Amino acid sequence: MNDQLLSIILTIITASTPLLLASIGELVVERSGVLNLGVEGMMAVGAVCGFGAALTTGSPLIGILAAIAAGVLLSLLFGFLTLTMISNQVATGLALTLLGLGLAGLIGESFVGQPGVKLQNLDIPVLSAIPFIGPILFGQDLLVYVSLAIVAGVSYVLFRTKTGLIIRAVGDSHQSAHALGYSVIGVRYLAVMFGGGCAGLAGGYLSLAYTPQWVENMTSGRGWIALALVVFASWLPWRLAIGAYLFGTITILGFSLQAIGIGIPSQLLSSLPYIVTILALVVISGNRALTRANTPACLGQPFVPDR
Amino acid sequence: MRLVLEKRAERSTRMALLSPLIAIVLTLVTGGIIFALRGLDPLAALYVYFIEPLTSSWSIEQLIVKATPLALIGAALGVSYLANVWNIGAEGQLTAGAIFGSIIPVYFPEMQTPLTLVLMLALGIIGGMAFGAIPAFLKNRFSANEILTSLMLVYVAQLILDWLVRGPWRDPQGYNFPKTISFTNWQTLPSFQVLPPSIGPLYVNLGAILAVLAAISLAFLMGRTLKGFELRVQGVAPRAGRFAGFSREKTVWFCFLLSGGLAGLAGICEVMSTVGQLQPGISPGYGFTAIIVAFLGRLNPIGALVAAFALAISYLGGESAQVALGISDKTARVFQGILLFYILACDSLILYRFKLIGLSAAPVESRA
Repeated sequence: MNDQLLSIILTIITASTPLLLASIGELVVERSGVLNLGVEGMMAVGAVCGFGAALTTGSPLIGILAAIAAGVLLSLLFGFLTLTMISNQVATGLALTLLGLGLAGLIGESFVGQPGVKLQNLDIPVLSAIPFIGPILFGQDLLVYVSLAIVAGVSYVLFRTKTGLIIRAVGDSHQSAHALGYSVIGVRYLAVMFGGGCAGLAGGYLSLAYTPQWVENMTSGRGWIALALVVFASWLPWRLAIGAYLFGTITILGFSLQAIGIGIPSQLLSSLPYIVTILALVVISGNRALTRANTPACLGQPFVPDR
Repeated sequence: MRLVLEKRAERSTRMALLSPLIAIVLTLVTGGIIFALRGLDPLAALYVYFIEPLTSSWSIEQLIVKATPLALIGAALGVSYLANVWNIGAEGQLTAGAIFGSIIPVYFPEMQTPLTLVLMLALGIIGGMAFGAIPAFLKNRFSANEILTSLMLVYVAQLILDWLVRGPWRDPQGYNFPKTISFTNWQTLPSFQVLPPSIGPLYVNLGAILAVLAAISLAFLMGRTLKGFELRVQGVAPRAGRFAGFSREKTVWFCFLLSGGLAGLAGICEVMSTVGQLQPGISPGYGFTAIIVAFLGRLNPIGALVAAFALAISYLGGESAQVALGISDKTARVFQGILLFYILACDSLILYRFKLIGLSAAPVESRA
């Protein structure tokens, strides 16, 4: 029983990490006032590039770097259109997702069915040998710790430093930030690139750690769930971490129930994360006080400086 | 010297018309470069991809078959987007329509009258509307973001379809394949000859005719009625819309029921013609490609009709390029994505224009 519980907890952590990585990046993007709906596309390209780079070099670390680079490159395309060309952010984000999914399918065609390179778990001697707690706290792969470190870092920077104040100022009132002499477009470019890197990393996590292989559409809506998580967490980093782990738990419980075979159709259990996402959005969005307090006031609005 | 965008005094009508054409040309140039990089003769490859689908009456029939769902959905999505209602779950509403309409042949396989046809199409529309009603209700009642809810429902619809055709609705004589019984006679769409054998012959099915009728009615709605004016005002100037007393809730309902219904119709038409039964994978992402159709068609119903053909060419060209050139048919989706990027970039030039600013001429902008 203990072993079973342990393995369930371990899979919950690996299922939650990609959601957390993708959504913490998008949280920073949205805090700066930009809505990038292309997370799903950047994740898909990150997954395929990470997989391919790891396969050709044999090194999962190079795979991770490739995944990040791919995410950043795609986000720059989004940034150029929405920030420099002042295009509609919703439509451009959708375009990024459509292009990303198409590109990933095309690039990954020759990778289908190939065995992947798996990112190994850290094995801190002595500590990871502690029964039960050891493997959970000290036996994860590197990116699990990285994801939590990013959350801590984002939380610190956003609310305890001047940089964070500038990012939030740009997101809450871009005209005031501009009048104070801050480069609204510059801050937003950096935020968008950070979000792209995180989304690419999340994709790389899927194809290098979660399931080390490439399957088309392997992101299966996780980028969209990440977007919903940001709303669910009302733009607060630690609440986001809790949300991501909650969603990971629900996904894995669905799978576990499927394995036990309790007579519920497997498709119904697979649709659980999507239905829960909708319910979470309903619960949070219905609470006006909570959302209004933290929603960046300029979210999704294009910035054109007054001349 | 640097290049900046400057707001135009008024929107440029010339750019509004030119933008999709420029976008298509840029996509073709990009495509040519991609082909050249892969060691193919770019002109020959582009010919196979984009011109060959127009050269025989058979391929034109195929083109119409693929353009039909795109036009049906794209026209309605354009209306929604114009009113600032972001339904991006048309793929799910398409699936729901296909499921609802298939109730008749699955449960009443013996029913074979013209009424069968009408009932199936009506149920398809109702299914799509019912599925579109969910995000509309959640938006109005709980202000839940309709982009995310409508998209999540796509996965739910596809999983329900998967469960049905593998479980309760599976054809008992189907050798365990995940599909329902094949639809026959009145359970399929009738075809009409629109061009005589001397020129064609060219056959189109009922779905294509419904798509043209839908686009014309929507164009009338948008251009000639108060409802159309109301929708456009809410898109361009939401505050003005509120002062005019236009109900935002009603607009959300209207847009989702309209686009959901037409997506459902597109879904049932697909299973009643091309597919011929209910099975997983009834659509190669028509509901998503229709988003591109809506933008390429200037969010105008008639424009969507034209744009649907452009996107249908990319589907068909993708198939023939796979056979003739050995290029993956996945290239088509990349082209579609690139096209949407170019359209959005060019659309900026409707409201803005490029301006070169010399360093000396720039006003004092230093951080004093």
